[in-house]
Amino acid sequence: MIGATSMLAFKPINLGRWVVWGLTAVLFLLLPAYFNKGFSLTLLSQMGVTIIFALSYNMLLGQSGMLSFGHAVYSGLGAFFAIHALRWIGAGTLIWPTSLLPLIGGAAGALFGMLFGYLTTRRAGTPFAMITLGIGEMVFAASLMFPGFFGGEGGITADRAVGAPFLGIPGITFGPQVQVYYLIAVWCFASIVAMYALTQTPLGRIANAVRDNPERAEFIGYNPQRVRWLMLILSGFFAGIAGALAAINFEIVSAENVSAIRSGGVLLAAFIGGAAFFFGPILGAVVFVFFAVALSEYTKAWQLYLGVFFVLLVLFAPGGLASLILMNLRVLKFRKFGRLRDPYLGVLLSALALAFGTVLVIELMYHVTLDVGQGPSIRLFGMIFDTSRAPAWTFAGVMIFGAATAFEFYRRRFRQQWHDVQREIEDWVRDNP
Amino acid sequence: MEALVSQALYGISYGLLLFMLAAGLTLIFSMMGVLNFAHASFYMLGAYVAYQISSWLGFWPALVLAPLALFFLGAAVERWGLRRVHKWGHLPELLFTFGLSYIIVELVQVIWGRAAVAYRVPPELDGPVRWLQRYDITFPEYRMFMMAVAVAILIALWLILTRTRIGLVIQAALTHPHQVEALGHNVPRVFMLVFGGGCALAGLAGVVGGNAFVTEPAMASTVGAIVFVVIVVGGMGSLAGAFIASLAIGLLESFGKVSDWSVAKLATSIGLVVDAGTPGYDVLKLTLSQVAPVLPYLVLVLILIVRPKGLLGTRED
Repeated sequence: MIGATSMLAFKPINLGRWVVWGLTAVLFLLLPAYFNKGFSLTLLSQMGVTIIFALSYNMLLGQSGMLSFGHAVYSGLGAFFAIHALRWIGAGTLIWPTSLLPLIGGAAGALFGMLFGYLTTRRAGTPFAMITLGIGEMVFAASLMFPGFFGGEGGITADRAVGAPFLGIPGITFGPQVQVYYLIAVWCFASIVAMYALTQTPLGRIANAVRDNPERAEFIGYNPQRVRWLMLILSGFFAGIAGALAAINFEIVSAENVSAIRSGGVLLAAFIGGAAFFFGPILGAVVFVFFAVALSEYTKAWQLYLGVFFVLLVLFAPGGLASLILMNLRVLKFRKFGRLRDPYLGVLLSALALAFGTVLVIELMYHVTLDVGQGPSIRLFGMIFDTSRAPAWTFAGVMIFGAATAFEFYRRRFRQQWHDVQREIEDWVRDNP
Repeated sequence: MEALVSQALYGISYGLLLFMLAAGLTLIFSMMGVLNFAHASFYMLGAYVAYQISSWLGFWPALVLAPLALFFLGAAVERWGLRRVHKWGHLPELLFTFGLSYIIVELVQVIWGRAAVAYRVPPELDGPVRWLQRYDITFPEYRMFMMAVAVAILIALWLILTRTRIGLVIQAALTHPHQVEALGHNVPRVFMLVFGGGCALAGLAGVVGGNAFVTEPAMASTVGAIVFVVIVVGGMGSLAGAFIASLAIGLLESFGKVSDWSVAKLATSIGLVVDAGTPGYDVLKLTLSQVAPVLPYLVLVLILIVRPKGLLGTRED
């Protein structure tokens, strides 16, 4: 949305941009009116936190070309500082409004960004990726070593409703989930605006230059190492904000918050959405939380599905979901979507059937290896399957085979059409500059 | 003294196992520029496949068949996965292997379950080394076997790289892939062989390491990070550096684990008073065995400050 408008329209007063930001704010405001159940509110709150986290991650990956495997360090340490601050607020030793806790988390994130970033940003590219992994493992191992600060295996808990009421209004103590949602929404919106503004500053621009060609950036007088370091500090600040909000939301922070699992998760989120676009990680965060929170309620194999989804995107759409959307919007804009409709339908339907068959096999296998004690039958998609008998497996096998054949057939047709359409559009754009 | 020797042997055998992993990773990295994030996952797969084969045919066939299976799997991954993303640069390649590590760890759980499997040391090698016992040193025979396998692989690798035609082509393709292609060699196929070979090495490490340690779904992530530390400390793309770093980190781990040395203890021994009231007591009282998990990463940080290229590294990126 944001990336698209800023690319398509360059006017002194960018009306489109105001509309997009305004609509985003209204959306944030109105979402709880429709999703007011406990679970969906939790889901929305987590999405808000993950959006900030994924965008902060993309300041490194998308904007500065730094692939980090240890970003959870900054959000996790921010969360730990925030939860300790919350405990001090509760104990009366610290006077600080709960609504501004993210600033403490952010400061902690930036501080550790300064410290660790000084080491990690000395190298770029693949060594940077490996070093961040090492730093992340180090912090995780250290977190189990100091139970006083990190709470050991159990983590640190706090009560988020202990602070003075927000602006003195009685009742707004951030106890109820909906109040926490609005706190997260406000911070999320402010962070998105701030991070977008950052992309327009000279620092944001030179970070892009360092990403694309560090040597040339050096030639025009910038130290790439310093630019990377600055970006990492700022990114650590926003990650810390996300960490503090997560601490308020869950009221518990444990070593898991700084673990490689979190770091890997935010990488998946940012990439799935599309690292090349500013709004990509927002999309990715929503999808990721859907996988991690909603899908994990239904299946133990959600990480497998997430991994497969991720690998498919890397293989076939390295620009992420954002690039898929923008490419299709371009086809729509050139009024050529009609030609793609039938192949699309075939590909999507056969892919759906293929996914159905594959999911069936995986769920059946998982049931056999993990839930042996619960008997051989399993309920999937509203049907009962008996894993100890052949029909369930035969059905899944036939399903996969048939769907794969159909998919391959439609895939070829779709591929042909898609390339033709893209070539026509590119030719037209070249001829009519 | 006896304990010291036996600790050193433990350290060296662990270090050599690390080197088997690091060698494949380094070879793939310096050849293709790809950091194979799934390398430790192939190590885990090697252990699981060996467990499966050894439950059917016994350990010795597994020692040969499991790395072979991993070779074909690795070659297939290169042929139909990596090669496809190669044109988009190194980042998508790295991300592809990262996604692969996610999938492999989940597939292992789908097939073999979430608990550790009973992959055991073969009975022939189950026991202490007898000739060492004469010097009062107890050291498992299987660890000795591990070292022998690693050294044999090391020598074989060196011979292949320096004494065979394919080895020369690999060495040439490291630095001048286009030139080698112009001379009529199929460089993509060499890449495929190297990737498969690296995966087979990781698989072999899994076969001999899986029963020495524990074969469980978490084994990939515990060893993966350490292997990356080895590569960075040794210097990206340097086999000799990886060798030194593997042994150093193996020894560090084995000695660190049993030492109860701490700053507080040292200070007390020279007459200073260190107790709960001293600032930073939480840090000072930690014994070396408690901080052992962090030691490799501290070495990494230290190396980065002193020598960012790594011990024997020559390349900047």
